Amino acid sequence: MNYVIIGNSAAAIGAVEGIRQVDKTNPIVLISDEPYHTYSRPLISYYLAGKVAEDKMLYRKHDFYEKNKVTTMLGTKVVAVDTGNKEVVLENDEKVPYDKLLIATGSVPFIPPMAGLDKNNVFTFIKMDDIKAIKEVVMVGNKAVIIGAGLIGLKAAEGLTNLGVDVTVVELANRVLPAILDEDAAGIVQAHLEKQGIKFELNTSVEAITGSEKVEGVSLKNGKSYAADIVVVAVGVRPNTEIVKDSQIAVSRGIVINDYCQTSIDDVYAAGDVTEGYDIVYAQQRVLPILPNAYNQGETAGLNMAGKISIFNGGFAMNSIGFFGLPMITAGIIKSEDENYEVLVKSVPEQGYYKKIILKDNVVVGYIYLNKVDRAGIVTSLIKDKINVADFKEVLLKDGFGYIDLPQELRKSRLLRGGIA
Amino acid sequence: MKRVYAREEYCVGCKLCEIHCIAAHSKYKNDLIKTFKKDTNPPVSRILVEENKPVSFALQCRHCDDAPCTKACIVGAMQKDPETGIVTNEEDRCVGCWTCILVCPYGAIQRDERGHKVASKCDLCSENGKVPACVEHCPNRALEYGEEPFYLAKGK
Ligand SMILES: Cc1cc2nc3c(=O)[nH]c(=O)nc-3n(C[C@H](O)[C@H](O)[C@H](O)COP(=O)(O)OP(=O)(O)OC[C@H]3O[C@@H](n4cnc5c(N)ncnc54)[C@H](O)[C@@H]3O)c2cc1C
Ligand code: SF4
Ligand code: SF4
Repeated sequence: MNYVIIGNSAAAIGAVEGIRQVDKTNPIVLISDEPYHTYSRPLISYYLAGKVAEDKMLYRKHDFYEKNKVTTMLGTKVVAVDTGNKEVVLENDEKVPYDKLLIATGSVPFIPPMAGLDKNNVFTFIKMDDIKAIKEVVMVGNKAVIIGAGLIGLKAAEGLTNLGVDVTVVELANRVLPAILDEDAAGIVQAHLEKQGIKFELNTSVEAITGSEKVEGVSLKNGKSYAADIVVVAVGVRPNTEIVKDSQIAVSRGIVINDYCQTSIDDVYAAGDVTEGYDIVYAQQRVLPILPNAYNQGETAGLNMAGKISIFNGGFAMNSIGFFGLPMITAGIIKSEDENYEVLVKSVPEQGYYKKIILKDNVVVGYIYLNKVDRAGIVTSLIKDKINVADFKEVLLKDGFGYIDLPQELRKSRLLRGGIA
Repeated sequence: MKRVYAREEYCVGCKLCEIHCIAAHSKYKNDLIKTFKKDTNPPVSRILVEENKPVSFALQCRHCDDAPCTKACIVGAMQKDPETGIVTNEEDRCVGCWTCILVCPYGAIQRDERGHKVASKCDLCSENGKVPACVEHCPNRALEYGEEPFYLAKGK
C-alpha cells in the first residue's frame, strides 16, 4: 500500500494525521508545488505586516514529516492524474504511482477579466510567494487599491495599512464582507476600518488597471479613478481543479466528494478548498473554502484511505476573523432568505456590538457575533446538531448565553460527553 | 482519560474554583495571596461558574476525544496530547484568531488579551502534575476528577 497526497496545507496535513492514526508504516508521498514546509495560510497577512516571523508560520513542527514517515516532494508541480494507470503525472513528465490518492490542491484566486492585469505590481494574496513579492516592492507612504472586500481583501487591507500604506478597497457588493455579514454588521465593521484610514468604494468594480509598465492607478466603473502603486486582486477564490480536468474524476464547481471524502473514482479522495462537499445548512453540495473544513475533510479522507471507515458530515460556512482589534464570528446563513426564517437581533452600534441569530423551523441555521464573540461555539454546535431551540429561543441573545440556559437534559447529556460519546 | 465532572446538585456557586484556577495559572503559582495582591494583571479563569439561582455548576474544557478546536486551529497551536489526551494551547504560537472559540461546543475557551492575544483554556493543571486546583479546592465536592462521570460510576 502506498499513499500519495497532492498538497501540503490544512487538508493534506489532516490526511497525514488521519492515515497515521490507523497505519503507522506504509509509505506516504506528499507532493506540493510550493517549496515550503507546511505553513498556516491565514497567517500570510500577519507575515506581511511583520506580526509573525516566517519561522513562526509553520502549521506543524519541523520534524512533522520525519515523525510521520512522509516523503516530501516540495517545489514539485503535478500536472495530471491518470486514474487508469493509478499514477500522478509531474511537470517534468515523471510519474508517481499510487494505491490511494488524495487531491488537496486548495484554491486559486479568481481573477475577473479587466484591462491592465499584466502590469507590474498587480498581486494576488493567497500564498507565501504573493507576500514575498509584495514585500519586495512595498514602501511606507505607498498607495494600494484592493479589489474585493471579502475576507482575503480586508486581510490584505489590514496588513498593508499596518505597513503604512494608504489603502482603498473596491467592492462590487453593497457592503464589506458580503459573504459573512449582513448590512448592519458590515456597516459597523466598515466604520471601524475607516477609522484606521481605509477608504471604500462599494457597488462598483474596476474597469481598468492603468499605467505603462507599472501600475499607476485604477479606473472604476462608477467613473472615479485612484492613483496606486500596488493593486491586489482579491475578489474570491475558486477550487484548483486544473490537474483533474482531463481525468474521469467528477467535477462540478469543485471536485465532488461524498461524506467519506471519496471522489467519483475508486481510491481517489479529495479534501479542502478544491472540493464540493455536503453543506448541512444549505442541504446541498457547496464549496467551503475555510480551514476547519479542509482539515476535517483531510483527516476523514486519511482515515478512510487507511481503511478505517469514517465520515465527515459537519460542513457549513463558519468564520472567526478580526480586523484592528474588532473580532467577529459568523456561521451558516447570515441573511434570511424568505419568510420561513425567523431573525433575532440585538445591536448596539456605538459599542460595535451586534448579535444576530437566524432560525428556521426552530433550528438555528446561522448567526453573526460582532465584538462579544465569547462562547460562540455553543451556537455553532446548536446548528451542527440541529437542536430544536423552541423552548429556549428567548435566551439565545442574552449576554453570556451558556449551558445554564440550555434545558437540563440537553445540558447534562452534553456535559457528560467527551470521554464517552 | 481523567476529566473533571461537575455535580450541579452540590455546587453552591461560591466560585472558589475560579479563584484557584486563576492562582494556579498566575506567575505566583498557586499562591492565592500573592496572585491577588501582587499580580497587577492576573490571568483569566479557565473554569467558568454558570449560575441561574438555585442552579449553578462549573464548566471547563472537556478535553474532547475528537477535539474540534485542534482541527480548526489555523496555526496548529491547539493540540491534543496523544498519550494523556489533554488538550493544550501552545500559547506562543497562538495568534488570537478565536477560530477555536467558533468551534468549541462547550464555550470553554477564554480570550486572554492581557498581552499577546491567546486562547486560554483548562489544561487540567497538567504542569502541576496532580489533581486540578479547582477540584482540590471545591469546598463541597461538586467537582470530581476521574475516568468517568460519577453518574455512571455509581450506576445512576
Ligand atoms: C489571506 C488568507 C486568510 C485566510 N484566513 C482564514 C481564516 O481566518 N479562517 C479560515 O478558516 N480560513 C482562512 N483562509 C482560508 C484557508 O487558508 C483555506 O481554507 C485553507 O488553507 C484550505 O486548505 P487546503 O489544504 O484545502 O488548500 P490550500 O491551503 O489552498 O493548499 C493547497 C496546497 O496544494 C498545493 N498545490 C496546488 N496545486 C498543486 C499542483 N498542481 N501540484 C502540486 N501541489 C499543488 C499547494 O502548494 C498547497 O500546498 C484564509 C486564506 C487566505 C488566503
Ligand atoms: S476547548 Fe472545547 S473543543 Fe477543545 S477539547 Fe476543550 S471542550 Fe473540546
Ligand atoms: S485563537 Fe489561537 S488556539 Fe485558537 S484557533 Fe486561533 S491560533 Fe489556534
